[in-house]
Amino acid sequence: MSSGSPRPFRGATPWLYLAPALVVLGGLFVYPVYQLGLISFFEYTQAQVSGGEPATFQGLGNYAELFGDGQFWQVLLATVVFAAACVVSTLAVGCALAVLLTRVRAVPRLALMLAALGAWATPAITGSTVWLLLFDPDFGPVNRVLGLGDHSWTYGRYSAFFLVLLEVVWCSFPFVMVTVYAGIRSVPAEVLEAAALDGASQWRIWRSILAPMLRPILVVVTIQSIIWDFKVFTQIYVMTGGGGIAGQNLVLNVYAYQKAFASSQYGLGSAIGVVMLVILLAVTLVYVRLLRGQGEEL
Amino acid sequence: MNSPGFPRRPWRLAAEASALVIAVVVAFPLYWMVLSALKPTGEIESSEPRPWTLAPTLDSFRRVFGQQEFGRYFANSLVVACTVVVASALIAFLAATAVTRFRFRFRTTLLIMFLVAQMVPVEALTIPLFFQMRDFGQLNTLGALILPHIAFSLPFAIWMLRGFVKAVPEALEEAAQLDGASRSRFLWQILFPLVFPGLVATSVFSFISAWNDFLFAKSFIISDTSQSTLPMALLVFYKPEEPDWGGVMAASTVMTVPVLIFFVLVQRRLVSGLGGAVKD
Repeated sequence: MSSGSPRPFRGATPWLYLAPALVVLGGLFVYPVYQLGLISFFEYTQAQVSGGEPATFQGLGNYAELFGDGQFWQVLLATVVFAAACVVSTLAVGCALAVLLTRVRAVPRLALMLAALGAWATPAITGSTVWLLLFDPDFGPVNRVLGLGDHSWTYGRYSAFFLVLLEVVWCSFPFVMVTVYAGIRSVPAEVLEAAALDGASQWRIWRSILAPMLRPILVVVTIQSIIWDFKVFTQIYVMTGGGGIAGQNLVLNVYAYQKAFASSQYGLGSAIGVVMLVILLAVTLVYVRLLRGQGEEL
Repeated sequence: MNSPGFPRRPWRLAAEASALVIAVVVAFPLYWMVLSALKPTGEIESSEPRPWTLAPTLDSFRRVFGQQEFGRYFANSLVVACTVVVASALIAFLAATAVTRFRFRFRTTLLIMFLVAQMVPVEALTIPLFFQMRDFGQLNTLGALILPHIAFSLPFAIWMLRGFVKAVPEALEEAAQLDGASRSRFLWQILFPLVFPGLVATSVFSFISAWNDFLFAKSFIISDTSQSTLPMALLVFYKPEEPDWGGVMAASTVMTVPVLIFFVLVQRRLVSGLGGAVKD
């Protein structure tokens, strides 16, 4: 009776417990993924949506159109570089501040924790508008403090991306910081003390004790950051006014939205969605495999 | 606090000073949001912005709440977020219990599927969901916002809750059985209260994803704007050509405050919850 692991149970109970989750996931997750793939093979525009014309099978037509379009490759490259920059900055800031949190007493720790929770709690759309106001060329405080006059951050391609990056890092580093901090705190203090008594340097303690113990947590926060930053929509959409001047700040997500909903090319939009899905699954699976290769269990 | 491994005094003071400075920098956008919401219009649009105001006013808030249906949007947002939180917490709790306390065929397969589901960029599903919602007659209803968000928060919630359900000793279940408690009684009266802290931590994520939702509200609520949510109300004041900054900041404040309250309330549980979930 008292085995440590769950006992073998062959009845229907587990499936009963799982039923609601499976119904919801099947209907609103698995089926839409299947449909996304399906629509991407069809000519699907306003005429088909309203039922005026039957949807015609196009095979890889949408993909051919997409891959033949220079703008797509430019958006793809921008998305990857932008997401990578966001992930790296978020992880760096989040981890550094998590370590900082373990080095300070209660009052500064609480102050930083509350400020971070505030940034985390801020909805993407309000964060976007507030950062726009902060960097407004005419009455934003940032330009005044930096003495930049009426320099417009959203006008140039790179400065606009940079501004969005700042906002994204601001609202997403708290998740990394709090999670990594919780992870460090769960490392037993005796282990750290023993290492310090043995004369291990801070760097050595980090490399040989903390980093290996934190690896599962770092996997979680890295994967989550990749997923979140690769599909940033609200910030780009609001801060650059739907993708920047002449679409200079488009990322795949906004690009797909513009194609599908603004110009009613649902088939093409779906093809972009499929490309995103494939890239994200590939990136995450490669990352997970790399970690498992190092003997990490997931 | 002077345990070995902690930095010496001057270093610690430097660390504490930088922690405070960083806290101020991180909190500044929120301070500026509230400040701008309280400034009279002329003062916001002054080319010499001051970090304080001598004439605080509630004009911007009045304008926001005077805007047609703002209260309704607020209520809609609350309904969407709360329904998503409660429904996904209950469904995830049942599923997490199934995958941790039972052995059955396809258990591992299911777990891997929940993991993979987390990697799917849900925004990419906007197009098929649009057609699905249309076919089920859910376009322009809150259902179109609620249903997908329940689904999207489930995989992560199940993964997080797994650790909490695992942490409850088996012996407890056996004792309950010996005492004649039925399985469902054990589930709701013993297990549920024990994993409640974990539910709080996961609910933070489902709350944020539903409350923040902009893309689905923009794509699925197209003609009946009375079914819209706060992000859409905010855009009423944000016209790229000539934004009403006071209105935008007041609406932003109103939209941020409930989440802030929620975060502060669950703060301790959130940190310990994340610690508990990742330790596993």
